[in-house]
Amino acid sequence: MRLALVMCLLMPMIAAAAGGNVKLDRADIDPRDAVSIQHGAKVFVNYCLGCHSASYMRYNRLLDLGLSEQQISDNLMFANEKIGDTMQIAMRVEDGKSWFGVAPPDLSVIARSRGADWLYTYFRSFYRDDERAMGWNNVAFPNAAMPHVLWKLQGIQRLQADHSEGDSAGHGTLVLESPGTMSVEDYDSLVRDLVNYLVYMGEPAGVKRVQIGIIVLLFLGVMAIPAWLLKREFWKDVH
Amino acid sequence: MHIYNDLQPKRYNLGSVLRYTARFFGEQILHGQVADQMEEHSNSEDQGDSASNSVDTKKRRILIGVTGAVGAVAGIGAVTPFVMSMFPSERARAAGAPLEVDVGNIEPGMMITEEWRGKPVWILHRTAEMIEAVRKSDDKVADPDSRLPMQPDYAQNELRSIKPDYLVLVGICTHLGCSPSQKLEAGEASGLGAEWLGGFFCPCHGSRFDLAGRVYKGALAPANLDVPPHTFLTDTRVLIGEDRKGA
Amino acid sequence: MLNALLGWVDKRFPLTATWKEHLSEYYAPKNFNFWYFFGSLALLVLVIQIVSGIFLTMHYKPDADQAFASVEYIMRDVPWGWAIRYIHSTGASMFFVVVYLHMFRGLIYGSYRKPRELLWIVGMLIYLCLMAEAFFGYLLPWGQMSYWGAQVIVNLFGAVPFIGPDLALWIRGDYVVSDATLNRFFAFHVIAVPLVLLGLVAAHLVALHEVGSNNPDGVEIKKKKNPATGVPLDGIPLHPYYTVKDIFGVVIFLMVFTVIVFFVPEMGGYFLEYNNFVPADSLATPAHIAPVWYFTPFYSILRAVPPMFGSQFPGVLAMGAAVVIMFLLPWIDRGTVKSIRYRGTIYKSALAIFVVVFLLLGYLGTVPTNVWGQFGSWLGGADRATVVARIGTIIYFLFFVLMPWYTRIDKTKPEPERVTP
Repeated sequence: MRLALVMCLLMPMIAAAAGGNVKLDRADIDPRDAVSIQHGAKVFVNYCLGCHSASYMRYNRLLDLGLSEQQISDNLMFANEKIGDTMQIAMRVEDGKSWFGVAPPDLSVIARSRGADWLYTYFRSFYRDDERAMGWNNVAFPNAAMPHVLWKLQGIQRLQADHSEGDSAGHGTLVLESPGTMSVEDYDSLVRDLVNYLVYMGEPAGVKRVQIGIIVLLFLGVMAIPAWLLKREFWKDVH
Repeated sequence: MHIYNDLQPKRYNLGSVLRYTARFFGEQILHGQVADQMEEHSNSEDQGDSASNSVDTKKRRILIGVTGAVGAVAGIGAVTPFVMSMFPSERARAAGAPLEVDVGNIEPGMMITEEWRGKPVWILHRTAEMIEAVRKSDDKVADPDSRLPMQPDYAQNELRSIKPDYLVLVGICTHLGCSPSQKLEAGEASGLGAEWLGGFFCPCHGSRFDLAGRVYKGALAPANLDVPPHTFLTDTRVLIGEDRKGA
Repeated sequence: MLNALLGWVDKRFPLTATWKEHLSEYYAPKNFNFWYFFGSLALLVLVIQIVSGIFLTMHYKPDADQAFASVEYIMRDVPWGWAIRYIHSTGASMFFVVVYLHMFRGLIYGSYRKPRELLWIVGMLIYLCLMAEAFFGYLLPWGQMSYWGAQVIVNLFGAVPFIGPDLALWIRGDYVVSDATLNRFFAFHVIAVPLVLLGLVAAHLVALHEVGSNNPDGVEIKKKKNPATGVPLDGIPLHPYYTVKDIFGVVIFLMVFTVIVFFVPEMGGYFLEYNNFVPADSLATPAHIAPVWYFTPFYSILRAVPPMFGSQFPGVLAMGAAVVIMFLLPWIDRGTVKSIRYRGTIYKSALAIFVVVFLLLGYLGTVPTNVWGQFGSWLGGADRATVVARIGTIIYFLFFVLMPWYTRIDKTKPEPERVTP
């Protein structure tokens, strides 16, 4: 909750950081919803980890989420990886560059630079654009190099240009042209889980940090009492 | 411990020393400096000096004690993260994680070396002759029954192993940390004399070990070679670094 | 037992004498208020930064290929590393918060006036050192903001006439900010500047205890002493009175610190910038770069000054002057009283305007110059924010330049003989 709160405080900044003036939808993630993060991890491993590494994230860190080592290695890891390994990919940087124009960035801390709302909006804003090499474009990130990996789930969107707005790319309304295997609600929920995972991965200690913070703050609050009484007692001398 | 406690005067136990120390500093704060000065100070005040004589030293001492105690807890709390940060990181733990080795491919009489936590770990597939050689060297080694805790309990036997065929050792001499050389073959060919039964020889200071890693009498190394914790996951798969019982 | 030990030490080292001189028999005015917490708090933050910095150094790698990853390594793999890193990043900003409030205290109560000129100058040198420390340290995470921030600031030196380009090259040790730059900045950040800083802090304290503390009334307590004891009538021993008071202040400060470290370590992108979670890339500049908030008033001044004679140098000069001019305060303030309590309306208004302008410049330094849009063609279509920053820059300097004049004509109230309760 708190993290979500912070995130929405930061929203304007993130919008600026992303460079566009796109209105961002609220991701409304809950960093303490372990089930959602677990599901997001699964989506991440299946759809993202092919091209994007998360080279600061260790598989066994997912123990945080209440998974056992066995569950992690059965569901989230590929063969011949060890539980203490980080999420590396086989694709070489040069290959990534030649295939996509830019090497797919490492996603370990992507949520910390982009913000949850931007990611949530981004994953839901792909549309068909035949002018692009990959056939896809994105409203939140115009001319992004990344194709729409989740298109079978979401379906195909088209951008209907706003006639009042003029012609510039990215302006207009997204219309679902042919539905995918998921309903709009289910797809949004899947994206929300994925974003929840990305935020978790950006700072795995985040939830623990808040918990410890509360204890420290309470302790200092208690400590303030004798400190104040001590001050008051000695200052009785001063007239 | 009991003897020492009886000999020590009671007033030197930890509690009384702490109390004494606390009182010493308490006096410094309350009497040695402040109260006197405040008296002078207050006497010199033109606003009158009635209040200065009613300093409640007991209350102050209690408050100093309480604030000091809470502050000490806070100090411990503050130091904790810094101390903890010096323990092995997740990366070091991952690198030092248990290592699974397939020993099925090691020919009898051959040895392989694996790296575990940056140290060489030897896995020797002993032949029947080698096992016999270990038995023969019982009276030549310093600690034939492995009394020194250089091995897990399950390897505290004559052959220092779970299965007689497979010897697992940390290949670091217990003298000064060199890695001994393999002198697995018995006899003259080893260069260690016709009497040599096969084993390991440390090039640094000449310590000799038998084919169970037991150190010879008269060697500089003080103990047998270390047997790391290990488990047989199957007949031929060994997990080095973890002793999972009944796995 | 302990008395004997103390006696043994005292024969060999002035332990008790030092304790008395600087704590139990250092007499501070009894009327210190809220503003007087920030000196001791600055000392606390210095200790926090040194300790957390030492432990970060154990895990950080000053190498262009590994720096970014090693920071994430600290955040994830090192036990409690995240806490230590956040303590250090929060401490950096809180250092400036505390120091700015401490300086403002000096400003309103005239703590820089005779006989405390040197105290003020040493304090200003500490401030300069802190800026250097912050600048060098900010490169170390090797994120996009680290990289481009350093690139821009180093290039400022390139604007110096004649030697500029060579100077910038010399600072970087390469044609762009690179591994060589990172390495030397690391050396400056962890050892060179801290050594100077510690020396200056010691000098600051020695100078303070030589002349004695000022107070909210701006009167010298040393003028009225008890003839028998020589103790100032309005003075109380630093220890225990201000130690117990400062302990309470420290607890409250640590609560604020805790809230930031554990709940909002990024502080909305002001303490840790979002773009700094993107590894440094020498080929792509982020859309908007700005220095960390504590530099932004001066950054605004830099941007406000237009290039002259085809050179950025006037802006750089103005930025430098904005800091250096503060050194002159002890001599340009001609008021008959020290404390704002007895100053007249003119000074109070000037100070109020200065504070507003300083904050405004600080804000403008964090945002792009087109943040408020442009004026119409009647002003050449100039960015509104730039025009405001220019006016602000002029006011900033006028506050200092006109100070000898307006402090003299200001109608002051008479100072009291002794401090007021």
